[in-house]
Amino acid sequence: MSALSVTYAILFYAATLLLVVGLVRKIALYARTPAPLKIPTTPAPVSRSGVVMRMVHEVVLFTSLFKATKWTWLFGWLFHLGLLLVLLRHLRYFQADTWFWVDLIQPFGKYASFAMIIGLLGLFARRIFVDRVRYISSPSDYLMLLLLIAIGVSGMMMTFVAHTDIVMVKAFFLGLLRFTIEPLPGDAFLLVHLTLVALLMIIFPISKLLHAPGVFFSPSRNQVDNPREKRHLAPWAAELEK
Amino acid sequence: MNVADFDTPELHEYPLIPKLKEGVMAHSKPYVAKPQFQEALGFPGELVDNWEEKALEKLDDLRGRYRSLQVYLDSCVKCGACTDKCHYYLGTSDPKNMPVARQDLLRQVYRRYRTFAGKYFPKLVGAKDLTRDVLDDWYSYFHQCSQCRRCSVYCPYGIDTAEISMAAREIMDSIGVGQKYCNEIIGKAGTIGNNLGLPEPALADTLEGLEEEVEEDTGVPVKFPLDQKGAEILLVTPSADFFAEPHVDGLIGYAKVFHEAGVSWTMSSYASEAANFGMFIGSYENMRDLSMRVRKAALDLGVKRIVFGECGHAWRVAYSFLNTLAGPFDFLDPNYPVPQHICEFTYDLIQKNKLKFDKSENDHMTLTFHDSCNVARASRMGDKPGGQFDIPRAIIRAVCNNYVDMPADYIKEATFCCGGGGGLLTDDLMELRVKGAQPRMEAYKRVVDDNGVTNVAAICAICKSQFTKVLPYYGFGMTDIVSVHQLVSEALILSDAPSDEEDEATETESEA
Repeated sequence: MSALSVTYAILFYAATLLLVVGLVRKIALYARTPAPLKIPTTPAPVSRSGVVMRMVHEVVLFTSLFKATKWTWLFGWLFHLGLLLVLLRHLRYFQADTWFWVDLIQPFGKYASFAMIIGLLGLFARRIFVDRVRYISSPSDYLMLLLLIAIGVSGMMMTFVAHTDIVMVKAFFLGLLRFTIEPLPGDAFLLVHLTLVALLMIIFPISKLLHAPGVFFSPSRNQVDNPREKRHLAPWAAELEK
Repeated sequence: MNVADFDTPELHEYPLIPKLKEGVMAHSKPYVAKPQFQEALGFPGELVDNWEEKALEKLDDLRGRYRSLQVYLDSCVKCGACTDKCHYYLGTSDPKNMPVARQDLLRQVYRRYRTFAGKYFPKLVGAKDLTRDVLDDWYSYFHQCSQCRRCSVYCPYGIDTAEISMAAREIMDSIGVGQKYCNEIIGKAGTIGNNLGLPEPALADTLEGLEEEVEEDTGVPVKFPLDQKGAEILLVTPSADFFAEPHVDGLIGYAKVFHEAGVSWTMSSYASEAANFGMFIGSYENMRDLSMRVRKAALDLGVKRIVFGECGHAWRVAYSFLNTLAGPFDFLDPNYPVPQHICEFTYDLIQKNKLKFDKSENDHMTLTFHDSCNVARASRMGDKPGGQFDIPRAIIRAVCNNYVDMPADYIKEATFCCGGGGGLLTDDLMELRVKGAQPRMEAYKRVVDDNGVTNVAAICAICKSQFTKVLPYYGFGMTDIVSVHQLVSEALILSDAPSDEEDEATETESEA
């Protein structure tokens, strides 16, 4: 058991713990906090099923962003779609016997990384060249994009340029799932890739990446437009009636 | 006076997104509320000593009470989708009027004191200490938001700057820095019953005058009842309807519609105000107190239904919040929505063919419709999504022959605020109001130039007052703005009106 394997095993256990605990705490906070008034942005659906459709459109197609700015929508959507395919492709590192569809999407997942990188570069360019977006950007906004670009590029290097021993990588991660530490290849691209991924997992719950759970808790999007039909009273507001 | 000389923005043929001009609106601040008005609403009279600490305590309190605030403080990714959506940014070029930048004035403080990244890496994430400068920015720029929600339509997470600016105003009130205009008005509405401070005798007198005027005009004794117990309908309308132009023409329209419908109705001197400025300062408690007046009036008068007059933010509070704040309304007739908008009432009658119109009465005008922001993006009419767009348009088309919509990007849910809503309709903010109206004026100019539009109709008291004031700055007539029910009033044929022959007969008699 090499020091390298042990270091990365600890890193990934820690990153996973921070990610899960951080996200669960935030989601619990959002879920617990009351929404005392009906504030859907109208025209809004008048039924629960309508709200589900609205949210599906938002999350899958980025409907509001499409209405707002086509360039940001294009780059943002390319990035997220690419990321989704790439992540699904990575499932094979966590399954001894992969599901058939995970095998099926391997080639798409490979090339989706290009969509992901193009999207990220586009978003980066907007941040630099559009004066309004430059004005609202903090260093962390640029760094977040650079981090994702570096993760993407280091991954693509292993796919398209300098292959690593993916059988060993898979054994390492399957090992982690069973709480045993298997050897990890010492390739530079792999180590850079894994380090940055762990870093991303750690900062996820304390960064703007919270938009991922946040969108599901946004009252202007997830509320049913029925205030006249149904009385909506938060617990703290009910106290005022006593 | 802090009213600076300013240039009225130009109107372009196609909308332009202006280059950023940092700080050009930093001087724009409303007058600060005097201690007596602050204290009347339960706020400290002036800036408290440990205001930094108190402000953070209030922020925590609000984060615990409003999911919207907590989620919106965390979720923004600075994508920039909202940056060109605010009429105040488009009209002033001040970058702090971009919705995300306005939100960040509060978010930077939240980050600094309440997040890991902001505590340990403030520069990295744009977190800032709560200083006097930050408070000054809050006071300037959170009073440059009309809470119109246009940005929330375009945000991929539905982040609503109105929620943030309401919270910021409530924080400022809680440390003793309130806005004069809003807080004085809330005080008046909470004691006298309306924003203008009109007591019962003044109201009665005004309504009597209107009765005489309408009878003289039409020959029909249309009633304007006040405090009439046992009436079926309680009408709650913005107090501007009692005297301001063109608002009062709308009130005459409602009265004629009620008359023609043959229903008994009344207004209340106790709850003689539809607008609820409690919302503008984000105060649930103040908003509730004002809403309870409507409930009490309905109970005292023993009405069966509540109808609201033409007013935007008022309709938001009525439609979305009244049932929550002052409900349940189980003592009213369940066959009607509570409350109902006057447009819904009139539209129902039109659908049932109960109103007769002579459209040609409005032939001297070519109309367009200004969707009032809070009706469009924060309420509904009828039972289908988007009824708030269709119903007023259906009414206008039923009562006039010449109607044209403004370009599709500037109406319905994409509508631009008039520039005076959200507690900004005060003379000390005139520069902001004129500049903020620029996008709306630009869209109006398009249909004036291309389609010969002569007038714009609206269903909000603030829009009507604001348009009256700002239209002339852009070279239009101050009377271009009309009320939807003013159009109804013009075209409505009162079935018990004396016929023309009778008229002629009387004239002949008098001549003889």
